[in-house]
Amino acid sequence: MEKNILIEVKDLTKYFPITSGLIFQRIVAHVKAVDGVTFSIGKGETLGLVGESGCGKTTVGKCILQLYRPTSGSILFEDKDLCTLSENELRPLRQKLQVIFQDPYESLNPRFTAADIIGEPLRIHGTATGKAYRERVAELLDIVGLAPYMAERYPHEFSGGQRQRLGIARALALQPSFIVCDEPISALDVSIQAQIINLLGTLQDKFGIAYLFISHDLSVVRHISDRVAVMYLGKIMEISDRTELYKSPLHPYTQVLLSAVPIPDPEVEAQHVPIVLKGEVPTPINPPSGCVFHPRCPKAFEPCPTVIPALRDAGGGHQVACLLYSTSWP
Amino acid sequence: MAVAVETLRPHHTIWGDALIRLRRNRLAVVGVTFILLLALGAMLVPYVSPYPWDRQNYNIILQNPSWAHPFGTDNLGRDVITRLLYGARTSLQVGIFTQIIVVLVGIPIGAIAAAAGGRMDNIIMRFVDVMYAFPDLLLIILVRAILGPSIYMLFLAIGLVAWVNVARLVRGQILSLKQRDFITAARAMGASGPYITLRHLLPNSIGPVIVVLTFNVPRAIFAEAALSYIGIGANTPSWGTMIRDGYEVIFAAPHLVAFPALAVGILMLSFTFLGDGLRDALDPRLRR
Repeated sequence: MEKNILIEVKDLTKYFPITSGLIFQRIVAHVKAVDGVTFSIGKGETLGLVGESGCGKTTVGKCILQLYRPTSGSILFEDKDLCTLSENELRPLRQKLQVIFQDPYESLNPRFTAADIIGEPLRIHGTATGKAYRERVAELLDIVGLAPYMAERYPHEFSGGQRQRLGIARALALQPSFIVCDEPISALDVSIQAQIINLLGTLQDKFGIAYLFISHDLSVVRHISDRVAVMYLGKIMEISDRTELYKSPLHPYTQVLLSAVPIPDPEVEAQHVPIVLKGEVPTPINPPSGCVFHPRCPKAFEPCPTVIPALRDAGGGHQVACLLYSTSWP
Repeated sequence: MAVAVETLRPHHTIWGDALIRLRRNRLAVVGVTFILLLALGAMLVPYVSPYPWDRQNYNIILQNPSWAHPFGTDNLGRDVITRLLYGARTSLQVGIFTQIIVVLVGIPIGAIAAAAGGRMDNIIMRFVDVMYAFPDLLLIILVRAILGPSIYMLFLAIGLVAWVNVARLVRGQILSLKQRDFITAARAMGASGPYITLRHLLPNSIGPVIVVLTFNVPRAIFAEAALSYIGIGANTPSWGTMIRDGYEVIFAAPHLVAFPALAVGILMLSFTFLGDGLRDALDPRLRR
């Protein structure tokens, strides 16, 4: 396992400054979007990243791709720390790191044809020209299940699912080893969601690509992920093997999340009483002290408001950031 | 892998789509028709009209419309319709050439401001604000006084006050497009800044720019007519000059004012209708 680590995120932090002032802008506060996140992803592995909206899932993905420059922390990929590289040094590595977006209406240039969209990474990196370029574009269309005659069409002529296939084909063009899937199915109809999920699974088996699968849909994450990380207010609460996490969630937040998932059996569902959280998610500008979850936690006890729980192993690679599972606290 | 079974909409390019919508807009079609007919007339008038635009004939001054002179004659016995069509050349040239200057100045400045961002953006846009706040006519008169009376200098003078709204528009378009995911996707691919600006940002802001340019044309036409009316406009036949000349004899021969004034009005209206039609046709919200 240790040898096969593809990407390693250590203590990743991203604060967005809030400025004020008309001419002389002062920084008045920070949005702590991501606050000390550590995890790793193995080759060909899928890590599901779940959490409520605004908890920093997408920011983590964008930081890995260096679309946001992290405030601190490191991201190791192919023995290089991406955070320290300049844009020119990053360019060759970007071929290996790709992204699929949530909204397929937003993520494709409306003035490009399908072939232009899929071939753009090849043109930018000069990977293929002439006949090889056209063949590669045709091959990519085929891989994602689109017909050759669709190559000359524009995004607005495709359905949502087809557009998402174009986005996937574009991400595959340079044979990446890692793809950030930022809620790739949330904007699609349920019937199309299954198609896209299956396509992503097939591609992973075929090309050995690792995914960071960002989603708020717990059942989808359960289906596609090898391991799952749960985020809350910019911090990782729990990371574990998929089956382990869904079978015996340790963190109270994870337990609440899982109890909110409907059970597809009406009789069981009728018996099931979901745990309902009090209050709203606090603002990431001024997160709670100690454990960020303590004001809403049903199991909070006296050290929680003061002690920041570290993410630690609770056995068998099941990591949890909760004082309930730490034997001592200062 | 099996081809996904989903149906496709009929195949049209983006411009083809816009053209279809434009053709459904009756007023826009009327506008385009008038503009094209006027342009055709302006091009063909030397070959069709029996009268040169400057031929004076003191035997037939201030005549009312007749078969020989459909729009009558002026106080020097010149044929009004011939002069009107020559004047259309000036008006259309002003409309088009000023917008070329607007494109050449406004688009790069707006794009540079948006791309640079920060302090550079602030400085450029404050300069644009100053230009915007300055009275147009005053500035044109000033530029006219400095650059001299040539018609090309007139294009330049009008163009130099008209670029500001295009610069603002392009900057705003680019700033909002920059937030879209396909720009993020291009950055994630490793595309350079200039590449993204030229291949993604500018082509996607071109629709609204075309609309604003179309609305700019009648303003330029009006500016030229106004300048000619006060005597610092074109030294070629111009509708503004004709209105001024006719104004002196307005009670003896009202048609001398009426025809060029109508021509200015209808041409401006035609471009406005066309602009309206283009705005609807190119509206990205109607796509998808």
